[in-house]
Formats: sequence, structure tokens, C-alpha cells
Amino acid sequence: MEVLEIARWQFGITTVYHFFFSPLTMGLAVLTAILHTFYYRTNNPEYKRLTKFFGKLFIIIFALGVVTGIVLEFQFGMAWSEYSRFVGDIFGIPLAIEALLAFFLESTFIAVWLFGWGRLPKGVHLLSIWLVALGSNLSALWIIIANAWMQVPVGYVLNAGRAELADFVAVMLNEQMLVMAQHTIIAAFTTGGLFMFGISAWHILRGNQVEAFSKSARIALVFTAVSSLLVATTGHKHAQHTVKHQPMKMAAMEGLWESEQPASFSMFAFIDQKNQTSSREIKLPYMLTVLAYNNLTSEVKGLKDLQSEYEEAYGPGDYLPPVAIVYWSFRLMVGLGILFILFSFFGLIQWWRNKLEDSKKYLKFGLIVMFLPLLSNSLGWIVAEMGRQPWVAYGLLLTRDGVSPNVSSGQMLLTTVVFTLIYGLLAAVAVYLVHRYAKPGLPTDDEKVHAY
Amino acid sequence: MDYQVIWFILIAILFIGYFFLEGFDFGVGILMPFISKDDTDRRVVINTIGPFWDANEVWLITAGGAMFAAFPHWYATLFSGFYIPLFLMLLALILRAVGFEFRSKMKETWWRKTYDQFIFFGSLVPALLWGVAFTNIVQGLPIGADKNFTGNLLAILNPYALLGGVVVVLIFMLHGALFLSLRTTDELKERAEKLARMLWWPVGIITAIFAILGYWQTVLFEGLGLIPGTLPALTFISFIATMVFMRFRLQGYAFASIALTIVLGTAVIFSGLFPNVMPSSLDPAYHLTVYNASSSQMTLKIMSIVALIFVPIVLAYQGWSYYVFSKRITRDAIPRD
Repeated sequence: MEVLEIARWQFGITTVYHFFFSPLTMGLAVLTAILHTFYYRTNNPEYKRLTKFFGKLFIIIFALGVVTGIVLEFQFGMAWSEYSRFVGDIFGIPLAIEALLAFFLESTFIAVWLFGWGRLPKGVHLLSIWLVALGSNLSALWIIIANAWMQVPVGYVLNAGRAELADFVAVMLNEQMLVMAQHTIIAAFTTGGLFMFGISAWHILRGNQVEAFSKSARIALVFTAVSSLLVATTGHKHAQHTVKHQPMKMAAMEGLWESEQPASFSMFAFIDQKNQTSSREIKLPYMLTVLAYNNLTSEVKGLKDLQSEYEEAYGPGDYLPPVAIVYWSFRLMVGLGILFILFSFFGLIQWWRNKLEDSKKYLKFGLIVMFLPLLSNSLGWIVAEMGRQPWVAYGLLLTRDGVSPNVSSGQMLLTTVVFTLIYGLLAAVAVYLVHRYAKPGLPTDDEKVHAY
Repeated sequence: MDYQVIWFILIAILFIGYFFLEGFDFGVGILMPFISKDDTDRRVVINTIGPFWDANEVWLITAGGAMFAAFPHWYATLFSGFYIPLFLMLLALILRAVGFEFRSKMKETWWRKTYDQFIFFGSLVPALLWGVAFTNIVQGLPIGADKNFTGNLLAILNPYALLGGVVVVLIFMLHGALFLSLRTTDELKERAEKLARMLWWPVGIITAIFAILGYWQTVLFEGLGLIPGTLPALTFISFIATMVFMRFRLQGYAFASIALTIVLGTAVIFSGLFPNVMPSSLDPAYHLTVYNASSSQMTLKIMSIVALIFVPIVLAYQGWSYYVFSKRITRDAIPRD
């Protein structure tokens, strides 16, 4: 394999792995803060135990998000040095601010919160978990500012062979960032919500501390219902933005080879990238135009037309992303998103009918659903990143020109294999620990202090 | 003063902060297996840095991010050039972090022993590699016209650089021992004090050898001159002061002195490099300098404003967290398994 290919695999593996944990911590941080707030306001010890219980699971997951985050930051320079030279003037800014604004906040106050039980005034202690929640979500915001610039570069000038900052505000308020950030951060809330619901459902099913876990299940349900609905609306907006600013990605998401006016929405297709065609396609007429432009008449450009446009603009080359991967990742992601909405609203109905704890099948299904956001989050990133190919910075720098020229394929392979093995091992340990700590349920007697 | 100079100083400050803070928690991690008599001791030792190590590590992440933003070429050349050493460092930091987080989550001896190894090697390896990396930078690296490192791993692991690694490990051990003497009680505290006194001599001797060899091995003295001046002299004095304070059992002052030694020593390296950030051993024309490695003026200016606002805030709340957890850790404070 070429260095480029291995470097891409390494980046993909690290990012997806990181993104298993990060949204979960973002969502769980907010939920733990909410539980803590309930405790603060009601002084009900049950909420305190719930806070500590979910806080403990949170911290196990948090650890893995942190360690893979460092790898990501180093990886730009290590494996993608030419990319770093090209974009550093702009891309480095949000990364540096992320560390300064978010990581310090997160890492300082998670310790203050964990070790602070019984040592801090109650208000300060509550504030510390909210600052953790703020920090972890702020870090997502800054990294999305960076990523959004890779998707839709704005506020730059090309100078001395690199992209240089021309308009700071444009980079910070990139419209691409606004649509991406909403969608991603709210999806993290759904991830946390379904996780908390699943854990609660597990205890309710086993008849363990049902009263307490009914409380957390209800909080999680409301949280999930609201957020999953917003994930859909923000996602819709995101796609409408994509059709304008990254038409090639949109065409790949829809497997649309020929331009159509009005365009129909493809429900199912076998995609043949080599021959640039799809077979056995099931299509809903008008639907894509409606979704993309909110009218019945607009044209959606197809892959072939866009390819010729790009050749005209950037010279000869293959500008098609891997269509089948993007097409199916998108469909699967949307399908899961709809499932989360239906799932959480069904739960709300059962609650209203006072049947939540007795809906055994539903609760059991919750044990499966709690893991699915990990999949849909990853699929979302795959659409965003694979759909941008062959560009690393859209329209400015090809991925193949970003890789480090002085790292051998042997070195790249070694690090990729070792990182992957370590990630796998750590994930197994984390799952084991989460299971072990989740199983007994709430701590019965109050531990005095937290200690490693 | 132009923005390039300001940002060179800021990057230096971030590394200084990193070595000062993570220095003692690396030291504590390295000493943990040797200074503890039983598992409770080990947990006490780990908990002395429990609330701090993660935020200390963020100094490195911030230094990396700031380097990316302010000096993209420095970041790109350094990180791709030290590919394998940084890979090893990442592995070590990953295992170290899970070591702290997961170690005491299970009672089994094999489990805890495994994570103790992670903590030990996870602290030793990065300390060693930082020494190796910075020694290489001051030795000059084979950097070509395209700003890329052209050497190999064996050249990076040259004897003088490894000596630099040993120096950093030893200093961090001393730093860690003094930190422990401030954060523990009774027998553990006495052992830490004794260990710190024992470590002072080897640290002094080996660092002296390293510094003297530096006249031949590094580019530092080209900038600093034959008689290196105030900063190195102050570094020397603060190191001597460490021993004096230890003699009088003034552990707090001794810790402050060794911290000052690390701060000043790092400052010596950065001031000796300036205006270069990575000197090339191939041709002075290929030196990466604060000017040919930097971002545009606009980026540097905006980043300066951001730093001016947020660095004081970060320092304030991080300092506050040390104040909140300033109580010494006793054996009684460790929950029974």
C-alpha cells in the first residue's frame, strides 16, 4: 500500500474511534450536569446517587476521548505535514483556541468535580460539572470551525503557496460551520440521551432500584426526544447548504449521475462507480428537489456534469468521491436518525399512558438502540469526509498532496497497526468497565471522597 | 517587537509551563513503583497528582496547537521529522492516562500491576523523549531546502541526545520527589525527602557533563557566547539553592527552586535558539526561523489577542484548582477496596 492510503486509513480509524467516545461524553456531561442540578435543587439523595453513578460511567468514557484527541492533534503534523503547512495559517487558529478555551476548562473542572464531592461549596461544585459540559461542547464547536473550513474554505487568500487568513470573522462564522455545529452537537445529545436511557432501562428490566432509574429514564427520554427531532431539522438544513456549496458531495449522497430538473430522490440503488451508473434504482419523483430547494422546479446537478465542470476549473483528474460509500452511509444515518425520533416519542407516549416501566419489549429494544448512535455519528462523519474527496481542503488542496513526504510506508503502517490494536484493546477494557460499574446500579452508601 | 517574536516567547512559555507542571507528575509516575511500600502507598502517590495531571498535559496540547497556528512550518517539520519518537510518546501518554483512570477500578493484583507499568513507562518514556527531541533541536537537524527533515531514527537517537533524555528524566524525578514531599505525610513524606536529597547529586553531575559537552555538541553557545550570561547563571544558582533548602528542610522552597531551575533551563534553550526555531545541520540557509516558519501577520495578531484574554483566565482557574486540592494526601484518605 502507498503511504497516502495508509495515512488515510490511520486518520479515518483514529477519527471514527475518537468519535465513538466524544459525542457520548458531550451528551453525558450535559445529562450528568442536569442530574446534579436536580440534586442541587431538590436535595433528594436519590439524584445525588444517580449523578455519581452516571458520572462514574462518564469518566471511563471520557478518558478514551481524551487520549485519542491528542493523537488527532499530533497526527496533522506527523502524517499530514504538507497539509499543515498549507492550512496552518487558518486551520491552526481554531485548534489552538480549542486547547486554550475548551481543553483546559474540561480537564481542570472534571478533576474539580470528581475530587470535589464534600470538599466544595455546593454551588461551586454544581458549577464545575456545568463547566465540564460547556468545555466538552465548546471543544466540538472549535474543531468543527476547523473542519468546516476544510469543507467550505472562506476568508482566505492564496499567498506563497498556502492559504492565508484574510477575514477572521468569515472563518469563525462560516455558514458551513453553523449548520455542521448544530447538527453535530445536538446529535451528541441524542447519543448521551439514548445511552442514559439504555442503562436505566437495563436496571428497570432487572427490577433493580426501579424508582430511581425511572427518574433517569424519563429525563433521558425528554432529552432524546427533543434533541433527535432537532438533529433531523438541522440535518435537513445542513443538506440544503451542501447542495449549494459542495454539489459534488450532495450528488454522491444521492447517487445522482445525471443532472435532473426536478430531481427525484433515490431510495435504493446498486451503484457502479466504474461505469458511472446505477441499477435497480427506486426513485421518488420530485423529492430531491423538494428536499434540497424547498420547491418543485430547481435543478440538482449530477456527478457527470460536475466532473466536467471541475475538470474545466481544476484541470484533468478524477473528482468523484467514492459514491457508494457516501450514498449508503447517508441513507443509513438518516434511517437511524428517524428510528431515534420514533423510539423516543414512543417512549414519551408510554410514559403518558403510565406504562413505561411495563413496556418490557420497548425497554429491551432500548438496550440495542443505545449503541446505534455510535454508528450513525460515524456514518455522518464518513459522509462529510469521504464526500469531500479527493480534496482535503475543498477546491484548494488534494488529499494526496497533503501527506508527509518524509514518512515511509513502513513507518506509517507500523503506527497504524499499533494504534488500531491499542484502540481495540482499550475499547474492550472500557466496555468491560462500563458494564461492571453499571451493573450493580446506584452506590448504596455514600463514599467519602473520590480517589484513583 | 514584532508578532513573530511575541509568539516565539509564547510558545516558549507554553513549553516552560508544560515542563514545570507535567515535569513533577512525570516524576511522580516514575518514582511511584520505588517509593511505595504497598498498594495503599501507590494509591496515595497517584492521588497526589490525581486532580492535576490531565490539565497539566493540556499545556502540551496547547503548545502543539499554538505552534500549528503561529508557526505552521515549525509544527510540520518537527512533528513529521520526529515521527517515530512522537508515536512512542503518544503511546506512552495513552497508556499513562488510562493507567490513572482505570488502575484502581479493579482489585485484582494482575490488573493493578499492569496499570502500574503503564503509569511508570508512560511517565518515563515521554520525559526521555522530550529530552532527546530538544537535544536534537539544539544539535541541529538535517533539514533540507523544502523545510523537511531528511534524517533517520538512528541519528535522532544519538548518544548525546540520549544523554539529554537522561538529564530530563533525572530532573523530573527530583522535581517529582520534592512534589511528593509536599503532598504526602509521615513515612512516605520522609522517603520522598530522602530520595530528593539522594537524587540531587546525580542530577547535578550528569547535567553538568551534558552542559559542558553542549559547547561542542549544540548550536546554543553560538547564540549565547562562550560565557553564557545571566539566564544560565540563574539556572545554576537556583539548582544549588534547591540543595540548600533541602538541607534546611524547607521543602516548599526547595520545590520552588527546582521548578525555577526547570523554567530557567528551558528558557536558556529557547533563548539560545532564537531567532531560529529549528536549525539545519545541512546549511544555515535552511534554518527554520521565527520569520520563515511563521503564519501571516493577521493570524499572529488575532492569536495574540486571544492569548492575552484567555491565558490569564486559564492560569487563574488552574491555580485555583491547586489551591482547592492543596491538602496533603494521607493513607486514611484512600478508600478501602
